Amino acid sequence: MNIQKMRQAHKVLAELDYELGEVERGYTNRTLYVNLSDNTIASKPVSQQMKDIFVGGRGFGLWLLWNGVTGDTKWNDPQNEIVISSGPIGGTTQYPGSGKSLVVTISPTTHSVMDSNVGGHFGPLLKFAGWDALEIQGQAEKDVIVFIDGNEGKVTIEEAPEEAIDSHLLGEQMAEMFAETEREKRDISTVSAGSGADHALIGCLNFSWYDVRRRRGPRFKQAGRGGIGTVFRDKKIKALVVKYSDGKAAANNPADKERITRVGSRINQEIRNYDDQQNRMRRRGTPYLVQIMDDYDLLPVHNFKYGSHPDTPNINGDVWEARFTQGLPDGCWLGCTMSCSHAVDGYTLKTGPYKGQVVMVDGPEYETVAGCGSNCGIFDPDAILEINFYCDTYGLDTISFGTLTGFVMECYEAGILNKEITGGLELNFGNADAAIELLHLMGRGEGFGAIAGQGIRRMKHIFAEEYGGDPQFLQDIGMEAKGLEYSEYVTKESLAQQGGYGLASKGPQHDEAWLIFMDMVNNQIPTFEDKAEALHYFPMWRTWFGLCGLCKLPWNDIVPPDNAETDEPAKIPEHVQNYVELFSGVTGREVTKKDLITMSERVYNFQRVFNLRMGFGTRQHDAIPYRSVGPVTVEEYESRAERYDQQLRELVGFDPEGKTTAEKMAALRAYREEQYELLKDAVYKRRGWTPNGIPTLETLKRLGIDFPDVVELVERDDTG
Amino acid sequence: MIRVNDKFDVEWQEGMTVDSLLEILKFTFPMIVVSVNGKVVPQSEHGTTTIEDNDEVRVIHLVAGG
Repeated sequence: MNIQKMRQAHKVLAELDYELGEVERGYTNRTLYVNLSDNTIASKPVSQQMKDIFVGGRGFGLWLLWNGVTGDTKWNDPQNEIVISSGPIGGTTQYPGSGKSLVVTISPTTHSVMDSNVGGHFGPLLKFAGWDALEIQGQAEKDVIVFIDGNEGKVTIEEAPEEAIDSHLLGEQMAEMFAETEREKRDISTVSAGSGADHALIGCLNFSWYDVRRRRGPRFKQAGRGGIGTVFRDKKIKALVVKYSDGKAAANNPADKERITRVGSRINQEIRNYDDQQNRMRRRGTPYLVQIMDDYDLLPVHNFKYGSHPDTPNINGDVWEARFTQGLPDGCWLGCTMSCSHAVDGYTLKTGPYKGQVVMVDGPEYETVAGCGSNCGIFDPDAILEINFYCDTYGLDTISFGTLTGFVMECYEAGILNKEITGGLELNFGNADAAIELLHLMGRGEGFGAIAGQGIRRMKHIFAEEYGGDPQFLQDIGMEAKGLEYSEYVTKESLAQQGGYGLASKGPQHDEAWLIFMDMVNNQIPTFEDKAEALHYFPMWRTWFGLCGLCKLPWNDIVPPDNAETDEPAKIPEHVQNYVELFSGVTGREVTKKDLITMSERVYNFQRVFNLRMGFGTRQHDAIPYRSVGPVTVEEYESRAERYDQQLRELVGFDPEGKTTAEKMAALRAYREEQYELLKDAVYKRRGWTPNGIPTLETLKRLGIDFPDVVELVERDDTG
Repeated sequence: MIRVNDKFDVEWQEGMTVDSLLEILKFTFPMIVVSVNGKVVPQSEHGTTTIEDNDEVRVIHLVAGG
């Protein structure tokens, strides 16, 4: 790596000197605007109203994006923006999980608003460098880097022709280039995509962080969902780099430091004391879920046909605990005791452009193991690591890759695809070599990889129109909604979670609600009203984390020992109170539990209206594929025939005796599809929406988001 | 017969304990709270607490919302 040569090739296109200032009670009170078309760099003020209504993080991102685009803006228009913001609590080191960034854009796969949350150091360092959010608009003519120097108070846009595009190389180059000493590498964070995001619509962003314990970096976390990396590369951004060196616990300047230290100490002690007996996040991270999901028939297997597989022990949490070489709790932000960011060191790549190189693979997380593993019939840990590494460095979302590859494999086995179409790839379930080759083709935008990289929604059309696939079958098995591929949970036996996915603002991602145990196992929400209440409370609660720069894991992946004796154990009341203390302690704004939910309601409803503005956001757009509701194929039904037959008898009033499987499937389908529509009715009502899924004027007024343009949109669609 | 969570029926067996019931149900999630006839059974007593035929059992998995 010749950093000197790379630096010499840089051409500074624009620069801005700014006053560094200080963070006050979690806010810098300004955002940074960068336009890559005309090379504008500007500071924008943050008003009190913006803080009161949108709070920060995803809220700030949505508000800036709303003002930057119109209803006609396409994902690849220069007008589209990428906004990155942490939030008022972001960067707090006394409370675990306080390093998140929220990213929003108009998505290339959904054509509507996308939000994705991500760890790593960028969001907090951006704030400490002086900015509550970074808003990027326009398209550069040639590849650029945006460098925010929070030590010197300078922002530059620089043409950067020589640097790599793939993240594992680029991240190292940026650290070498912008750190003046080895020690200073820990003060740098980059955002980058990869060469795959140049070609595929499922591009992700990698947010780097320096691994203090291991004294090496960069490591990466991903803002994976909805093709934000594709927008990033469309704007010809190679990297965003931030540097800030005066990191100290008080950098967020909370209103009451002792108050947040008090609640922080309590939860940190709780995690240290009980994590080993509970989810073992510090040792295994999220892959602990793999075996558990299999045990409950919830692990996606073969494109979500099934929920378990005999080979799951080959890729379960025990396997990953043994592979995570460091034996250390790994936090992706400073001070996080949850420390679930594990990695595999010393992995030798077997394929692709970096074949033979020994690399660190960050992860795998549960979603990657389930999506790129079991969902594709792949139960080989090395193959999962290979896919994980290349997805990350190419800038491709492992969730979308895993889900769409499962779809492609089912289409191949169903005869819709063949070797002629796939360019010789035998894409049967379990063929890891073919899946990895598909990934490389996608990364280069070649052959069948170029088709697959467009995502499931487009593939469904292509397979029907060009290869003669049955459109209904493709619709039934294509695990996407709103244009976004499903994350990795089987929802057939949980109506509430069908809604958790189908009614989510951006598409089927579990970060709004995960209600499967509550619904399917605990039987705590049996009625439509119960489910609707859960589909109101939990999405609002989860949204709040994204407003503040928080990770959700320390909320309920650890619980106090006496949690079971509380009135509402599912909500983890002691932790909710911690967050009340934390928000009040940082911002100086005294809030209650109810206030936290109201904050989220404002942003959540605003995002629903934003979807409306982009041409979506109504009942029809909350439709889900039948594979997420019930068995599509005969083999699927018959694999769980006892369960389905019993449900026909007890719930549907249909006697399965003497009926063909096709007749039974039809009866079950009619029942389950009707249940989903009834669920929509109940949820819309609870959320204060019309039967068409649009927030009512009364709801907008109650929340104080009845801005004229918002009201106009709602009234337009209400009248049809 | 044991009815669990007012949803799952399990054939009662002589000497059945909370642990053996959970094993039959494949309820392997570590963060659960079990109550028998309304009384919470501490996790440390799952292996020794026996269940009688027709007992009412609740097994609450403590993950909700995400």
